[in-house]
Parts: sequence; C-alpha cells; structure tokens
Amino acid sequence: MTTLLEMRSITKTFPGVKALDNVNLTVREGEIHALVGENGAGKSTLMKVLSGVYPHGSYDGEIRFAGQEARFAGIHDSEGKGIIIIHQELALVPLLSVAENLFLGNEVAQGGIINWRETFCRTEDLLAKVGLNEPPTAQVDSLGVGKQQLIEIAKALAKDVRLLILDEPTAALQENDSQKLLDLLLELKAQGITSILISHKLNEVSRVADNITVLRDGSTVATIPRAEITEDRIIRDMVGRDMAHRYPERVRNPGEVILEVRDWNAFHPEHQDRQVIRNVNFTARRGEIVGIAGLMGSGRTELAMSLFGRSYGRNITGQVLIDGTPVDCSTVVKAVDAGLAYVTEDRKALGLVLDEPIQWNISLANLAGIAVNGVINRMREQEVAEGYRRAMNIRTPSVFQKVVNLSGGNQQKVVLSKWLFTEPKVLILDEPTRGIDVGAKFEIYGLMNRLADEGRAVVMISSEMPELLGMCDRIYVMNEGALVGELTAAEADQERIMSLIVNH
Amino acid sequence: MADQTAGTSGGKASLNINLRENGMLMALIAIVFFFLVVVRVTQGVDFLSAQNITNLFLQNSYVIIMALGMLLVIVAGHIDLSVGSVAAFTGAVSAVLTINLGWPVWAVIPTVLVIGGVIGAAQGYWIAYWRIPSFIVTLAGMLVFRGLTLWLLGGQNVGPFPKSFQLLSTGFIPDIIGPGKPNLTALALLALAAAALIYVGWRARQRNAAYGMAQEPIGLFWIRNLIVAGTLMFVGWKLASFRGLPNVLVVMAVLTVLYAFFTEATTTGRRIYAIGGNLKAAKLSGINTERLTFLTFVNMGVLAALAGMIVTARLNSATPKAGVGFELDVIAAVFIGGASMTGGSGKIVGVVIGAFIMGVMNNGMSILGIGIDYQQVIKGLVLLAAVIFDVYNKSKS
Repeated sequence: MTTLLEMRSITKTFPGVKALDNVNLTVREGEIHALVGENGAGKSTLMKVLSGVYPHGSYDGEIRFAGQEARFAGIHDSEGKGIIIIHQELALVPLLSVAENLFLGNEVAQGGIINWRETFCRTEDLLAKVGLNEPPTAQVDSLGVGKQQLIEIAKALAKDVRLLILDEPTAALQENDSQKLLDLLLELKAQGITSILISHKLNEVSRVADNITVLRDGSTVATIPRAEITEDRIIRDMVGRDMAHRYPERVRNPGEVILEVRDWNAFHPEHQDRQVIRNVNFTARRGEIVGIAGLMGSGRTELAMSLFGRSYGRNITGQVLIDGTPVDCSTVVKAVDAGLAYVTEDRKALGLVLDEPIQWNISLANLAGIAVNGVINRMREQEVAEGYRRAMNIRTPSVFQKVVNLSGGNQQKVVLSKWLFTEPKVLILDEPTRGIDVGAKFEIYGLMNRLADEGRAVVMISSEMPELLGMCDRIYVMNEGALVGELTAAEADQERIMSLIVNH
Repeated sequence: MADQTAGTSGGKASLNINLRENGMLMALIAIVFFFLVVVRVTQGVDFLSAQNITNLFLQNSYVIIMALGMLLVIVAGHIDLSVGSVAAFTGAVSAVLTINLGWPVWAVIPTVLVIGGVIGAAQGYWIAYWRIPSFIVTLAGMLVFRGLTLWLLGGQNVGPFPKSFQLLSTGFIPDIIGPGKPNLTALALLALAAAALIYVGWRARQRNAAYGMAQEPIGLFWIRNLIVAGTLMFVGWKLASFRGLPNVLVVMAVLTVLYAFFTEATTTGRRIYAIGGNLKAAKLSGINTERLTFLTFVNMGVLAALAGMIVTARLNSATPKAGVGFELDVIAAVFIGGASMTGGSGKIVGVVIGAFIMGVMNNGMSILGIGIDYQQVIKGLVLLAAVIFDVYNKSKS
C-alpha cells in the first residue's frame, strides 16, 4: 500500500504553550487509521493543522499528501484535495432537508439555479451508499443523531473525499448506531476510502483500526499496528502508566433504602397519548451505586428528569419516597429540598452557565447557602468554591476562571460540586463520563465511590456497559420506558443485559 | 465603581472587563471635552455651565431610569420595545388623573406606578408563561399603548399641571444647611457620594487582595477614582452655584445604587443573569425562570411609568407624541453600556455611562445646532461603534 498522507515533525506553538511537539503521522492509502489520546493531547490541533485551519506557515514541519507537499491556506484548499473533516458537533442545518444539507455550498446548479431533479437523484445514491433509507426531502432535525452522523458522511462523499477524518463520531451515539457507523467505515474502506478516526472508545478503535497512533502531551508516543493492538496497550500509551484497574476498588456495603420510586408513569410532553415511562418501580440504598442500563431512547434520561421536579413530560403519576416518607418532587426546588440531585448528560447545554466563573456555577443551585437575607456573601461563596476545588481536584488557576475554558472532566467536576453543595441524599448521574478522557474518568469514578461511602445513594445512567458493570452494585435494565430486569453486580454481564433488552 | 469583583473571572478576563468599562468612561470624558471645546469655539458659550449640566440631568433622567429596568430585561435574554409607548400612556394617565379628575399628587404617583406594573405584568405574562417572544409581545404593546394614549388624550395635549406635580421633574432639593447660594446641601451630598464611592471601591480592593484575586493596578484604581470623584465635585459645585440638586437627579442616583446592588449582590439578581446565561441550566438548578422573567417585565413597567411621569412633568403637559423613540434610546444605552444581545451579561455602571454618552451627544449636538437628520446618523454610528468595540474585545480574549 502506498502512503497517502505524511505529516513530518509537526510543531505548533501557541503563546506560552507547545501544543504539538515534533508529531509524526503516516496514513497509508485505504486504511483506517485511529488517532487516540487524552483530551488536550493535541489530536484536534493536529487535525486543524492538516485541514488548513492553521494555515501553512503558522506551524513547523511538512505535510505531504498523495505524494506532493501540501501547503494549505485554509479549509477550502484541503477540501479541494479531498481531505474532509466531520466534527464532533455536527455541522448540519436542522431546518433544511437532507438533500439541501448534502449539497450545501456545493449545489448542483447552473447559473445559480438549483437543479432539484439531479440533486434528489444524487442524494438517493449517496444515502444508499451510507445505508440510510430516508427520503431526500426529510428535514434533518426530524432524524436522530445517529442518522445525522451518516448524513455528514454522505455529505463528505458528495465532495469526492480521499481522506475522511471523523472526530469522535460515536460520542453521542448509542451502541447499535455506533456499530452501524463502524460497519460503514469498514465498507468505505473496502471501496478504497482512507479514514482517520479520532475516538475515546477503545473497543471501537481496536475493532476497526489498521493502525493506531497515540498522542500524549502533544507528542507521538507510538503507532501500533493491527497485530499488536490491545486495549491495555493503548491505555498504557495514552496515560503513560499501567492502568491495571480501570475502576477504583470499593468496599461494597449498602445500607437501608433511601430512595424508593413507586408506579412512576409519564407521558410525552407534546404527544399526549405516548407513554414514555411505564410503571417504573425502583429503589436505591445508602452507600449504593445503582446503574440504569438501556439503549438510547429507552427512557432513562426521561425517567430521571421526570423525577427531578417534573422537568420532563406531562401527566406524571407515581410516588417518590425518601427515607420511607413520601415527598413532593413536583418542582426542582422541592426535589432539591427533598434531597435529590440530578447531574445532566448534557453539561454544556443543561448543566453550566459557560460564560460565568467556576464559583458562580457551584453556588447556583444553592444560592441561599451563601447568602444572608438574599444578599450574597462573596467571601463565603469563594470559600465554598475553593473547598470544592480542593475536594474534587478541579484543575484551574483560580475559581474565577470561566467554566467554558475548562476541559470536559473539570467541567463535570464543577457540575458535581454544584449538586454536592445542595447536600443531596440521592444523586442521579446521567452519563457522568461522556466526552471525558480516560484519566478524568478514573477520577470521576473515584468521586462516585466516595459519595457512596459518605452514605449517599448514587443512581448512574450510562450507555457504556463496561462502566456500569465496573461501578454498580445493582443494575436495572430499561427498555421502552419500562424496567425489564434487575441484576446484582455478581450476576450482571454484557450478554445478560443485552438479552434482557432484546427479549422485551 | 465599587464593583470590580462582580461577575468577573479573575486574571486576564477581569482586566479585559475593566478595560472595557474604563474605555467607555474614557469615551464619555472625551466626548464631553470635545463638546466643551467645540461649543466654546463656535458658539462662545460654556458647555459645562451650571445650567447646561442641570439640563443634562433633567433631559436624560428618563433614559437612565428606564435603562436600569431594560438592563434586567436584556440580561434575562429579552427585549422591551414598548417602553416609549408605556411611558406616554402612563404620562397621559397621570395627566387625566391630575388635571381632569383633580387627584392630589401623592395619590397620582403611586397609582400610576401600579398601572405601569400592571402593564408590565400583562406583557410579561405572555412572555414568561406562554413563551411568546418578547420582541413580538412588546411590539404589540408598543402599538397598543400608543393607541391608548391617543384615545385617552383625544389627540390633544393635556396640561398644564399644578406646581406640585411639576416638582417631580423641575424641582430642586432645598438648601437645608446653608444660605442657598452656593447650595451647601448639594455640595455636601456630592462630596459624601464621592467619598462613599472611593471608600466602597477601596474596601472591595482590600477584600479581593485578602482572597488573592486579580486586581487592577493600584495606579489605575486611583486615577479612575480621582477622575470620578473630581467629576462629582465639579458637578456638585456647578449645581450648587445654580439651583442645587434636581429632585430627578436624586431619584436617579438612588435607583442606580439600588439596582447596582440588586444585580451584583443579591440572589435574585444573580438568578436573572443565570436565566440569560443558560435558561435550561438555570431551570434545572431550581430557579423559577418563569416567575423571574415575569417580574423583570413588571419592574420594567413600573420604571417606564416613573419615567413617563417625569417626562410629562418636564413638558408640563401630556402629549400623544410623547416618548416616541424612547425605547431606542434606552436600548441603545444598554448596549453601548456593554450588555450582550444574547443575555446573561451587562452591568448597571456600564448602562449609566452608556446613557450619559447618548445624553451628552444629544445635548451637545443640539447646542451646536446640528440638524436632527445628522444627529440620528451620528447616534446610530456611535451605537454601532460601541458594539463593534465590544465584539472585537471579546474575539481578542
């Protein structure tokens, strides 16, 4: 196989920081090349250099693409050569149709007038290539994230792609959608399309990649060929140490029941006759970590949010008991007073005020805790924030830092701090490690264990089964709005959970 | 400017915000000097004469008062286009109550403020609880209350007002401790205000230092405070040598301090910023977003009513055309003052400076006899420049 792309001793410095230090990356024609590394290791910077976001001249080193030296002045240049990046945040226009999105900026037109018949024909061909069975006129926001991801790939195919770069394509996807996407990558490979896959999910990477390049702290650590790929090896290279235990040890010692939910039902907020949560009953004990497994759309987030101050759904019925007494959870304030806390799966959109400082975000859910007669005591606020900074090990120069400048793991710690400051008895954590790198994940797991040890009940919703299996004392399995099974840590494994989901 | 700590994020970010705020203050001072020189050269009169300074306050009080409420509305992520019409309508109501029905002024003022609150509530209800965009609701309000003003006044001017009502805008604080000229009360009050400003600023500095927060350089602190204090004393001297402190100035100053305190130090103020910063996160943090949004509009209505009465008292008659275009002056002042279009940021101090920039330009250009056509063009360009400056600053940081 010939070499398609060669990046040689790329060095990129920002004022005060060396983001990339002599990085080498060689991608051969027709392979799937994975790029892994912790957040901040330099993956995105490297891809920005490659695509011309950082133009030639702003970095040191050499890029050779298809045998020629490439000097891209901008994205337009690199796209012209067939290098196309699909970013983690999808760049689709939600209110336009699939066809309009596929050819946005690249319209099938003559003299500025769009040839719709041709557009639709080509759209159908492209959709068939990525295995999507949707009409070209479907509005993009009516499709799920998984399908939108496929549309992004189709969009790349519409531009005669030679090198497809996918940045965390499965981060927002459910297990089966992820599988489909990876299958598609393999199929594209068979058709001769080369791709670079950036991912945190090591099982996926080891499944499809021909070579894996590991970045750490802005340098290339290793390029691992297919034959030598194991997850342990990748992790060792990524974090620079052996991680014998991916989940911290904990003495499991659940106490009495704190949270009990009885006959919980909820309906869709817009479609009144669609029942989203069906007759859910569950408990969580003091010092216990309880998992809720299920596919995306199974109603896990909806269950949590409907419990937490009826933040989701309508016509909600059922009973919530805390420490054996029924409590009113009809508003967020009442739920918080009752001792519930909900850490959302989407921390940027639902958990944080990004443009405000850390200490501001930590106090937000319990302003009364830092105020006297409605007047905020700034010193107290800062003490509280400093306390959590130390306790949670939030890495930041100061608590006055805006949270938008923090990494995903540190942002998650800020959200956790915010809820801990409300002194909850029960914490519901929705996808607590989504979009967080391996090292920070380990820290979050440690924090969860500590919360349980302090005598709280932790309810953990996650799409990553290994994480549920590694952390939980008990796992409920959810499917189509109902709990379809309950497994203890001892009896749970991936096959059991999947079979419970499939058989209902 | 005792609030360098508020909502800033330390380090570079805090310096940037200081830069911006100080920048606008510098711009205001530069504009004043520009007019001082140009008015002297071309018209041979003193731009900063006692009478003109008094005029400046009397002319701009309504913008500042409404801008305080508008800042909250804009911080919460909304807009209120109806304030000009509401001010006109409440002014008309006060005229009808005072002149046609003969109510005494102590009954008229609270009644009209309540009416303003009810109007704010009527608009806020749809915005907060029905999620109808504020642009549309208040655009409707703008038309409705303009129409109601015309109807109420029968298309006529209603006036003049009795002396007691006029005092609302043209009255002065009597000199209680001195002979009357110069007005020692005015001087003493402004000296007190200047001392208080420096003291509060210094205390905040000390506190920040104790917590190791990033500080602006001490030199900058003193320069700014001395400029502000000097300006206050100069204004105090001028006012004292004319007729003393206008009532309106006192109302305006008290409200400004109250709102600055409210936005920066209270939990409710903090929550309004959270709503504008991230509505969904605020909601999930247990903030009653609907009620707070509703209340910001009620507050806006009350302040618009107050401004409406002040304007009416100043003109000494309620007219159907009163308050046309006020909403634009007010909104412009808030944005020149550094509030963000998307909500979640903006400060009272900035808004007051922004309002004065607009006010000084209005006044100066009128003295120079610049036509209303050019005035509009220039004001428009200043608004654009201020926002470009803001966006440029943000993109740099």
